[in-house]
Amino acid sequence: MAEIAFDEEVDITDKVCPLTFVKAKVAIDELDEGQIIAIRMNDGEPVQNVPRSIKDEGHQILKLADNEDGTYTLFVKKVGD
Amino acid sequence: MAEQIDYSSLKKGGFMRQKQKGYFSLRLAVVGGNLTAENIKTIAEVAEKYGHGYVHMTSRQGVEIPFINFNDIEEVRAKLAEGGVRPGVCGPRVRTVTACQGSEICPSGCIDSYGLAKEFDERYFGRELPHKFKFGVTGCMNNCLKSEENDLGVKGGYVIEYKPDACISCGVCIKACREGALSLVDGKVVLDASKCNNCGRCVKSCPTDAWDHEPGYIVSFGGLFGNQIYKGEQIVPIIKDKETLFRVADAAIDFFDRNANPGERFRKTIQRVGEEEFRRAIQKAYEG
Repeated sequence: MAEIAFDEEVDITDKVCPLTFVKAKVAIDELDEGQIIAIRMNDGEPVQNVPRSIKDEGHQILKLADNEDGTYTLFVKKVGD
Repeated sequence: MAEQIDYSSLKKGGFMRQKQKGYFSLRLAVVGGNLTAENIKTIAEVAEKYGHGYVHMTSRQGVEIPFINFNDIEEVRAKLAEGGVRPGVCGPRVRTVTACQGSEICPSGCIDSYGLAKEFDERYFGRELPHKFKFGVTGCMNNCLKSEENDLGVKGGYVIEYKPDACISCGVCIKACREGALSLVDGKVVLDASKCNNCGRCVKSCPTDAWDHEPGYIVSFGGLFGNQIYKGEQIVPIIKDKETLFRVADAAIDFFDRNANPGERFRKTIQRVGEEEFRRAIQKAYEG
């Protein structure tokens, strides 16, 4: 699958749970509806849990890409305001 | 206090003898750790008027009111009943059924643990047996209520089935799975059923609901967490319906009732009578 085009990006690899999700949520809050954000996160606990938390917030998850450097990028489309 | 104190009958009614002569710690009936505001007010009033103004939270989600004087027992019982509070039990019988909040409240829950605890309570609470018997219900693999510590523990899970047409191949479930049971092959998710532990994390994480899932009960038998420690063991596959669950629970408790020596815990009975015989009894109930 081709790389997904995105509007904003945020790196949460400098945070640990639960601040990983908090930082991602704050970044999503700043988007307009329909915009896409690329969220870079660490393997392990963040990639196990952050996508689910974002889903529970009601946003649309498009893709989880393996960066093959111990990090993943999650592409999320903002739903609602 | 000229009359004879019948300790075993008091114990049966939840009155636990204290070191202090003539005083009892009154155990209350609590199911799945929930009490109403009215229950709590009543308990507080009783603790203030008849006890020492405090309660003790037990290790299994119960509440005890210490320092109830023998002479006040009837009055205390009546007062508690007015507020909808029942005395609990101690001794050789089915004890407090513990539960987490389950799928009605908790995002991780796969089953309605509290609802199931109420059903177990109605069916078994206080049933006379050769020794104590504990039920515990936990809603998911996180196991907050420590299912395997109980004589009969129930843990919620999901039986899953992949819906390729709904899948966008995002890859989230593959990382959410902690058992390494999922992989992406030619753009679709492949499940290795032998590795799946029914935790349901794939279901909970999937952005497009591409996993069909049925709630199920993972039952463990013979847990002990007192003088000796044994982890309860699962001996039949995850159970998908309540009818089978209760049939299996009936079989387990009947096996204990029929075979146990007085004062012998379930695990010890299973070991003495034979694991194989117990497995056969449970398997038979499972198959109906």
